[in-house]
Amino acid sequence: MAIDVATVKKVASLSRLREPEDRLQALSGELSGILGWIEQLNEVDVAGVEPMTTAVEQPTPLRDDVVSDGDKVAQIVANAPKTAEGFFIVPKVVE
Amino acid sequence: MSNLTQLTLKDAVDGLKSKQFSSTELTDAFIGAIETANPALNAYVETTFDKARAQAAASDAKLAKGEGGRLEGAPLGIKDLYCTAGVRTTACSGILSNFVPTYESTVTQNLWDDGAVMLGKLNMDEFAMGSSNETSHWGPVTNPWKSRGSNAALTPGGSSGGSASAVAADLCLAATASDTGGSIRQPAAFTGTVGIKPTYGRCSRYGMVAFASSLDQAGPITKTVADSAILLQSMCSHDAKDSTSLTVPVPDFASFVGKSVKGLRIGVPDEYRLDGIPAEIDALWEQGIAWLKDAGAEIVKISLPHTKYALPCYYIIAPAEASSNLARYDGMRYGHRTADGTALTDVYELSRSEGFGKEVKRRIMIGTYVLSAGFYDAYYVKALKVRRRIAEDFLNAWNSCDVILTPATPSAAFELGDQAKAADPVAMYLNDVFTVTTNLAGLPGMSVPAGLDSQGLPLGLQVIGKALDEGTVFAVGAALEQAAGFSAKPSKWW
Repeated sequence: MAIDVATVKKVASLSRLREPEDRLQALSGELSGILGWIEQLNEVDVAGVEPMTTAVEQPTPLRDDVVSDGDKVAQIVANAPKTAEGFFIVPKVVE
Repeated sequence: MSNLTQLTLKDAVDGLKSKQFSSTELTDAFIGAIETANPALNAYVETTFDKARAQAAASDAKLAKGEGGRLEGAPLGIKDLYCTAGVRTTACSGILSNFVPTYESTVTQNLWDDGAVMLGKLNMDEFAMGSSNETSHWGPVTNPWKSRGSNAALTPGGSSGGSASAVAADLCLAATASDTGGSIRQPAAFTGTVGIKPTYGRCSRYGMVAFASSLDQAGPITKTVADSAILLQSMCSHDAKDSTSLTVPVPDFASFVGKSVKGLRIGVPDEYRLDGIPAEIDALWEQGIAWLKDAGAEIVKISLPHTKYALPCYYIIAPAEASSNLARYDGMRYGHRTADGTALTDVYELSRSEGFGKEVKRRIMIGTYVLSAGFYDAYYVKALKVRRRIAEDFLNAWNSCDVILTPATPSAAFELGDQAKAADPVAMYLNDVFTVTTNLAGLPGMSVPAGLDSQGLPLGLQVIGKALDEGTVFAVGAALEQAAGFSAKPSKWW
């Protein structure tokens, strides 16, 4: 399937990426090439096959519903670009 | 002793225990070697020499009392994918270029608990996405090997290129690495080293920077098969912090090294004979088959009919998981935040576009596309179904064989800056054609150096085992190692 420039723009936006205009044409070619190559999967008969989401055949483990960790505010914000008094400072979210 | 850095992990650990040399001497020898080599090879992106000397001194105190763990005093290199508390961890991405974890990955904690010494963090492709180490934010790693009569810089492979290069050039006794589609085995094959990806779930993924969670698995790159058994033993453990971590006991891997392969049934899959593969790769494969036959194994022809669909299947599943995993890099809580823009969406988009490299952005977009409304069933769910077909191929094969032998890579190491591969992403992806099937099926796979090509470059053979049967993989890997007698080293040009 060919991915045109408009689709590249839409996918970039869904990906929260902003690619410069002069890169969009090249990306259209690269993504079309990769997806075109992937199309060969259509040759495989998968009727009745269950999707395989994990290679681990064991049930999801459950733990007791108790607090097991905490009091780590300083560590949690240690790498934040902007903080104040243990809070993350982010751009305005609600006008 | 003048050649301390050339020791195997096993000999070094034995030498430390018998006090032939101290961890401080050994560590200093590696520090000297790294200082000389790293400007040329770029294998380490961060060195932690002060920490290494302190750990070595602590190990020496323990060893003097006859105490210490199984890796006591052994200097190792750590792939920059593992979070190391207080030591910058970037996954070689610009978006994490200032990230200093406040916690330790389970795998590295296991190593420190066993007494290992950390020399530093090893270069890799950005977020482990690449096969040549050229997508690293910190620049490519150079392979210590060179083609005969050529001075061209070669890739050590990827994504664990720094790990492979450092082990091959004696810049650590052994290294941690990780493998999502071949990132341990392909660089090991390109550098004449041994690499094993264990069964999915053997090693905890806690504290490993995530790429594709259902495929990512930790493993070692080492000088010998016996060394891989030792290091993997330490890396494996059950961990409540990783919900996919297996609760099964970890066997004594080293006890399988040297075990007879007599009577084992070795599967040879027809579908791994590809058009356009160099004759030397096929010849080495035939040689490997002959070696195992001589050692008393039985050779069985098998069929893995969905092999050709493994790479396209992987290039849906891995980018889909990556697009989801990498959504966390939003410039808010950690990582790069743009200096431009004040509106929320602008900050998200600019931070991510500035912080991620070209290949990572390409894969995020592929992943977003195959997960988007209208394409989810046609691409993503379809790929999950093909994945099961690929896993079933192996289950069927195990009816007639115990272990599978294949080439590790479709070529020897290629030049850095290869224009054809740079221009065509799919050409680069083909590096993983022999390795990616085991990630999809969750099986253990090992690359063992088996010979040199006509240019004098190392080539590897791959041994694939049943789930949880690393033991047989170690036995067969060691048999190949012994038969090959691979002892070549790159000449020291740095």
